[in-house]
Amino acid sequence: MNEYLVEIENERLSFFTPAGEVKALNDVTIRLREGEVLGIVGESGSGKSVTAYSLMGLTAHPGKLIGGTLDFNGHRINDMTEKEMRRMRGNEVAIIFQDPMTSLNPVYTIGNQIEEVILLHTDKKKKEARARAKELLELVGINEPEKRLKQYPHELSGGMRQRVMIAIALACEPKLLIADEPTTALDVTIQAQILELMMELKHKLGMAIIMITHDLGIVANICEKIAVMYAGRIVEYGTADEIFYDPKHEYTKGLLRSIPRLDATKHERLIPIEGTPIDMLNPPAGCPFAPRCGQCMKICLREMPPVTEFGEIHYTQCWLNQKQMMEGEAANE
Amino acid sequence: MSDKLVQVEHLKQYFSAGGLGKSKKYVKAVDDVSFHIDRGETLGLVGESGCGKTTTGRTLLRLYEPTEGRIIYDDQVIFEKMPGGKRTAADMLPYRKKMQIVFQDPYASLDPRMTVGDIVGEPIDIHKLAGSKQERYDRIIELLQRVGLNSEHANRYPHEFSGGQRQRVGIARALAVNPEFIVCDEPISALDVSIQAQVINMFEDLQEQLGLTYLFIAHDLSVVKHISNRIGVMYLGKMVELADSYELTEHSLHPYTKSLISAIPIADPEVARANKRIVLEGDVPSPLNPPSGCRFRTRCPYADEKCACEVPEWREAEKNHYVACHHLDKCN
Repeated sequence: MNEYLVEIENERLSFFTPAGEVKALNDVTIRLREGEVLGIVGESGSGKSVTAYSLMGLTAHPGKLIGGTLDFNGHRINDMTEKEMRRMRGNEVAIIFQDPMTSLNPVYTIGNQIEEVILLHTDKKKKEARARAKELLELVGINEPEKRLKQYPHELSGGMRQRVMIAIALACEPKLLIADEPTTALDVTIQAQILELMMELKHKLGMAIIMITHDLGIVANICEKIAVMYAGRIVEYGTADEIFYDPKHEYTKGLLRSIPRLDATKHERLIPIEGTPIDMLNPPAGCPFAPRCGQCMKICLREMPPVTEFGEIHYTQCWLNQKQMMEGEAANE
Repeated sequence: MSDKLVQVEHLKQYFSAGGLGKSKKYVKAVDDVSFHIDRGETLGLVGESGCGKTTTGRTLLRLYEPTEGRIIYDDQVIFEKMPGGKRTAADMLPYRKKMQIVFQDPYASLDPRMTVGDIVGEPIDIHKLAGSKQERYDRIIELLQRVGLNSEHANRYPHEFSGGQRQRVGIARALAVNPEFIVCDEPISALDVSIQAQVINMFEDLQEQLGLTYLFIAHDLSVVKHISNRIGVMYLGKMVELADSYELTEHSLHPYTKSLISAIPIADPEVARANKRIVLEGDVPSPLNPPSGCRFRTRCPYADEKCACEVPEWREAEKNHYVACHHLDKCN
């Protein structure tokens, strides 16, 4: 029995576009135990969704996995056929998307869409599937489930639709739930409801969650571990406390400085990260963050930094951290 | 010259939504909203989608024709229509030079077939602010530099720019006429986190340099608190609370404001663990058929019969702290 539910080792993935190769993922390593909540944060285009989708074999054309291994729940994703993959999707791993309107089929009723998953993956008969669908709607806190089963997606509000998406995802009690910006399209009060629901269901069903978001507030609230991504790399990885109270990478520090806090007591000027994200078609030779980094050294522009480990979990990819670490060790000797 | 640059009184904006004669239906997007904005200050406006904050901003500029109410800009009435009264409306062209707007979506609000120079130059042409071609060009370059772009950008088209840069173009266009007052309609919602801070700082710098007054509309309360002097909270077309920004976030009075504040995830794991969230039940009702009395009552934990039949009065509960709620004693 493997120690980890998800084990991604040095994943490399590129999109071969007419304009050239876009290296969407570079040496991404993620390990996740059963029942853990991992947050992946980063800007648009940093590769957070691509990482999670590749775990389900959902890499869109012209993307190609070109290196590394992906293990999930005893499967080696790299070697799986499409048929095996289809058996796994929706059954052992499920996903909820950002926009519940475009991910539900407008011409089928809610009931149809939930039953579809159940009929596909279990031996249940139509009637049992309907009973299970009703049970699921109750589980996700939708009132009058009988009535809702017969309704179409357009008849429901945004928050309600996202609850239906969660019900579909949970239909087969997956071991891993991937949530790709599940609350970005929703209002704050509805967002609070959905996050609350996800946490409650996690405790009830014991599934692991990968939460993809750009909102540091959300990860601080629900995630145990956090991966900070920038330009297709995990630049810093650690527990929530390590990332928020002891960030090491300049990008993580910059992100934390640049968001206004609701509980601030006086007006302080924000410290933004200067510059703009790099062009993924022509990435710089060294560290991708170097052009925007305030502590950039000569070596940062030439070579990709190695991994610096600060503890069992906490690591970064940064030359400055590496240098500080080596100086610290030298001083100890 | 009074301190109040903009005054809005009993503003109503109804949109017709089908039906004929007596059965004609209306969406009451903004319903009896009153506030003022002082010269040089930033008033923030927050609320969930569909609460009427954008409509308030646009109606205030008369981009929509108000249904009822009074709008006063710099002691001049620019629109007035009170119940039973006569409608008076000023010619807006001179006011457009003073009041400008920055839109939410920097992708949709710039004409893809115009160069950035022409986009920024268009208001200069309309208001005939430049005497010669050279003067016009110099002014455009000056504006672009002011928002952190440079002269080579003038000949490019919007699609060549990133989201943050496009938003800067939108801001340069608003600044082209030397306005006094800018409505910022969710100007940073479409931007990445690391870019948001750059644009927020730019808004603050411009305000300081040019003495601007802002109406800053956003759904992100942390951002609004950061940039605003005072904040108004809207719910389903009504203003429910208005106060100084620290006062509002620290000592909110209205139950909706309280739940809105507690629903925002704070980027600090320890605070998050300690935070007892007030999670509101249910969804925002349809503005086509809003609840009677207090519009928040269907989701309010303190609601009773009084809330169902009486619309709560908009009153000054504490000094400069306005709120509309029947049960302030119960919920505080």
